[in-house]
Formats: sequence, structure tokens, C-alpha cells
Amino acid sequence: MQAAVIVFPGSNCDRDLAVAIRDVTGKAPAMVWHRESELPAGTDLIAIPGGFSYGDYLRSGAMAARSPIMKAVVEAAGKGVPVLGICNGFQVLTETGLLPGALMRNAGLHFVCRTVGLKVENSQSIFTARYQSGEQIGIPVAHHDGNFQADAETLDRLEGDGRVAFRYTEQVNGSARDIAGVLNAQGNVLGMMPHPERVIENAHGSTDGRRLFEGLLEAVA
Amino acid sequence: MKARVFVTLKNGVLDPQGKAIHHALEGLGFGGVNDVRAGKLIELDLADGTSDSDIEEMCRKLLANTVIENFKIERAA
Repeated sequence: MQAAVIVFPGSNCDRDLAVAIRDVTGKAPAMVWHRESELPAGTDLIAIPGGFSYGDYLRSGAMAARSPIMKAVVEAAGKGVPVLGICNGFQVLTETGLLPGALMRNAGLHFVCRTVGLKVENSQSIFTARYQSGEQIGIPVAHHDGNFQADAETLDRLEGDGRVAFRYTEQVNGSARDIAGVLNAQGNVLGMMPHPERVIENAHGSTDGRRLFEGLLEAVA
Repeated sequence: MKARVFVTLKNGVLDPQGKAIHHALEGLGFGGVNDVRAGKLIELDLADGTSDSDIEEMCRKLLANTVIENFKIERAA
């Protein structure tokens, strides 16, 4: 597997994500700076990390979504290359239009930083194949703008098409229908606010996030 | 040539910041505030001859997220 981690000015989970990918797949991902206009040849997984790209100016993820490398990411996504966006990465993916909806300020206005309960809603995707449908896991969140909103028609479509990958099992940020992670229509793009890369080895206190990367490795390899 | 772009949340979109401002106003003793919605004002200093459609494109492509926001353009005379 040749993964690429996209790095923006203000990304701060890029190294954690790279370590998780390397640990699970045995191969270090390419770190790709936002000013690049092409992905390394043979990239078969694109990972967009958490952080505060461009200082969250204008809207979280807004500036990053218009950076040169994102054109290549959108093009690769259209060809079916898996794209995983975590936290700020999820915000970037909604801003590019690869995923529907928007991530707004948390309803409680507080930055939320804790491990939250998640229910795996769809275990049929390349990202969730190693989980059981309905399984409950715990994954940390750390965000100020994680309040997922879309119009009712979009939400109904996401639910009807099995595109809700993860749902919070507790009140976290006011997200519509407690949605924590969504898939695109083709199923090769996942955006999620919780950080699976922070729970992949025993030293983290949990390995609930590890199977996401194992599933991807299996799907891509 | 200057233009001002007002970016506001669409009706029905929850505005937690507006709510917080509302509470703070009430805390200061200002009664009679029915609702508060917060938005953004972006001032553009533009080359002469920039068309309305150019500015609209700027709004749609970057300045506003039309999933949740409306925009209004006001040109200075």
C-alpha cells in the first residue's frame, strides 16, 4: 500500500496519522505538502489529517479545500482511490464537496476533547469492514467545529443509502442525527470527526481505531 | 472599487454563536432582544471593471459555503 498524508500549514495530526498507517501497513506514507499539484505515482490511499489548517480562517477547512493538492485529491477520489478525512480532514472534504453537509461550531460552543462512544452503522464499507454492524466502540474526539449539519432531504438520503458510517452514542456536538462519520455515494471517501489514529496500540489505552486501518489495508492490498 | 460581501447563515440553520451573543446581551440587562444571528462582513478592494458575476463567483467558490450560508453583495458607489 502506498498511502499519502496531505499536510497543510496548521495540520497537527499528520504525524500521528502517518505513524498509525505505517504501524498497521508496514509502510510509511508519503507526506505531501499542500502546494504540490500531484500525488505520488501509485498512491492508493489518501489520508487528510486533523488540525487547524490555515488557522481555521474563513471556515474550518475552507482554505485547505482550495489548495493546489486538493484538485489532485478530488480527481483521484473520482477514480475510486480511497480518501480518509479525520477531523479537520472531514471539514476539508465537506468544503471540497466530496462529502455532503457542513461542520459547524459545536452546539455547546465548547471545544470537546474526550473519548466518545460510537456505533458502527455500516460495516460494509472499505473503512469499516473489520467492524461489526451495530458494534459500539470508543474513539477520542478533539474539535470545536464538529457539528454536522445538512438539510433533511440529504440526511434522509445518507441514512437510506447506508452512508452514515458512525454515529455518536452520546451527546457530543449537536450533530444532526448524531452523525459522526459519513461516506460518499461511491463509498470510497469517508469523513469522520473522531480520531481512530489515536487508538491503535495498547499503549494508547485502546485499539478501537486500529481495525479501520487494517480494513483499508485489506481492501487496497 | 470596493464591494462588501455579507455572509449570513441560512434560515433554519442553528447559530450557536448568535445564541451565545443573545444570552450575553440578556445578561447585560438588554431585554426585548428576540433573536440574534451572527454573520461575516468581507470587504473587497477590486480592480475597476470587476463584474458582478466575478464577485458572485468568488462568493460561491470561497467566501460563502452555500450549503449553510447565504451571501449578499453590496457595491460601494
